[in-house]
Amino acid sequence: MKRRELLAAAATLSSSAALGLLPGCASQALRGTGDLGVVIGRANGTLYLVDTTAQALIGEVPGLGDLSHASVVFSRDGLFAYVFGRDGGLTQVNLLQQRITRRVMQAGNSIGGAISADGTLVAAQNYKPGGVKVFDARTLELLADVPAEYASGKLSRVVGLVDLPGRRFAYSLFDANAIWVTDCSDPKHPKTQKFDNIGRQPYDALVTPNGRHYIAGLFGEDGLAMIDLWAGDCPQVRAAPSPPFEGGKETWGGPAFPCQSKVQRILGGYGKGQEPLPVYKMPHLRGWAVAGRRAYLPAIGRHEVLVVDTDTWAEVGRIPVAGQPVFVMARPDGRQVWVNFAVPDYHRVQVIDTQSQQIVQTLEPGKAVLHMEFTPRGEAVWISSRDDNRVSIIDTQTFATRTRLDVPAPSGIFFTSRAARVGF
Amino acid sequence: MRCSAVLSALLLGPVLALAQAQAPAVPEAARERALVRMVRQDCGSCHGMRLTGGLGPSLTREALADVPLDSLAAVIFHGRPGTPMPPWRAMLSEPEARWIAQRLQQGFPEEMVKTP
Repeated sequence: MKRRELLAAAATLSSSAALGLLPGCASQALRGTGDLGVVIGRANGTLYLVDTTAQALIGEVPGLGDLSHASVVFSRDGLFAYVFGRDGGLTQVNLLQQRITRRVMQAGNSIGGAISADGTLVAAQNYKPGGVKVFDARTLELLADVPAEYASGKLSRVVGLVDLPGRRFAYSLFDANAIWVTDCSDPKHPKTQKFDNIGRQPYDALVTPNGRHYIAGLFGEDGLAMIDLWAGDCPQVRAAPSPPFEGGKETWGGPAFPCQSKVQRILGGYGKGQEPLPVYKMPHLRGWAVAGRRAYLPAIGRHEVLVVDTDTWAEVGRIPVAGQPVFVMARPDGRQVWVNFAVPDYHRVQVIDTQSQQIVQTLEPGKAVLHMEFTPRGEAVWISSRDDNRVSIIDTQTFATRTRLDVPAPSGIFFTSRAARVGF
Repeated sequence: MRCSAVLSALLLGPVLALAQAQAPAVPEAARERALVRMVRQDCGSCHGMRLTGGLGPSLTREALADVPLDSLAAVIFHGRPGTPMPPWRAMLSEPEARWIAQRLQQGFPEEMVKTP
């Protein structure tokens, strides 16, 4: 009897093994990663893996060090998450194997990173030592080190790092009032273009979805610094008959327009004449909120979201909100903009309808809301509440809470759909 | 927690006595926990959860060794104009700011970790 049961079990085992279904072995059922993501466990250095279709936690990867202010980018096949930790750790995590595949300590104090458009380079932005380091995305081998040296022996803290088309990265120097653009097309010999005097204390930045405008928020003054990156890209105009006669050489008449990128001030003096309110947490600009022609930006020292026309870069409105905005994020379709706030107003989240420019909803998903992330097409938003140890999944149409997940001190939430978006 | 408070009171007796003369009460236990959490988490958004620095400077015991207690308490309470350090007076009393300053200089306590 016993023996027969054993045999039967063995037969079942071998047939399921043949089908590649044996649990616990390397041959798991095939699955994609397009609906996966990660939640940062801020206090315990753990990455929680989530499935946005199942609306569930599917695993956890501990051992990532100090994850206060951690951020994440994804390989463009959506298999690897690159986690930038506060302590300078850069960790490559395989989402399907649910394990750390590579990890390097690349700085003493780090604030985030970006991945190049072609997915081959991962760049980290560092406070200590101030600068940018560029790694091979596959091996995490260091390829380029660009210290943000703005005066002899002085390194600036780097903020607002974004990917630009063509293996370039743009970033801002908090201590040097500068924006640098580093071209890593030959990563062993990076070339850096520097823009000085862009305004006082750039604290973060964004790049618009077309990769054209780089915008840095300024802590030290009202307004933002913007660079039109297309202006520096000079198409040549053909001067001679085209195509050239046989055997002849093409001649070129020079650039099509005067081409030099320069820094422009936008929204200058948006708080002029008024005493700024205390900023208990710096707004984050990454993850642009561009909806149609309009961009929505957090004011600094004012409880307002600023609305700017992306054709003219003139202010076209201000929306009073419940506190100092931290993240101002557009639902992927641009119909809504969701806003969260700095302490002591961080139990609230507000929703702006971009058709009416009105706040249509104020939610209280939990204590200390730190981050929000939309599912790839935005039918739901995931919101982390650090002090309630939970992530709420909210329907963006009905604003009903679909479910809540228990996660200890959750902060950033990042879904693999970021891999396909410029500046995320 | 209590033990270490007693120990540091013994070690830093004169400093504490002086401070207590100006700033009377040690906060209630619940408020003390809230303050520790606030420093670790909210101050931590600029200074790092482990207070090793970020956009704001490091607030470890070593980093603050040479900073006068009065200045430290004043920076917490009034902020530091021209830098991103805001005044915290809307969320703290002056004695609480002073208590935080003292605890920072002694090496700030860890949060009691509460698992859900």
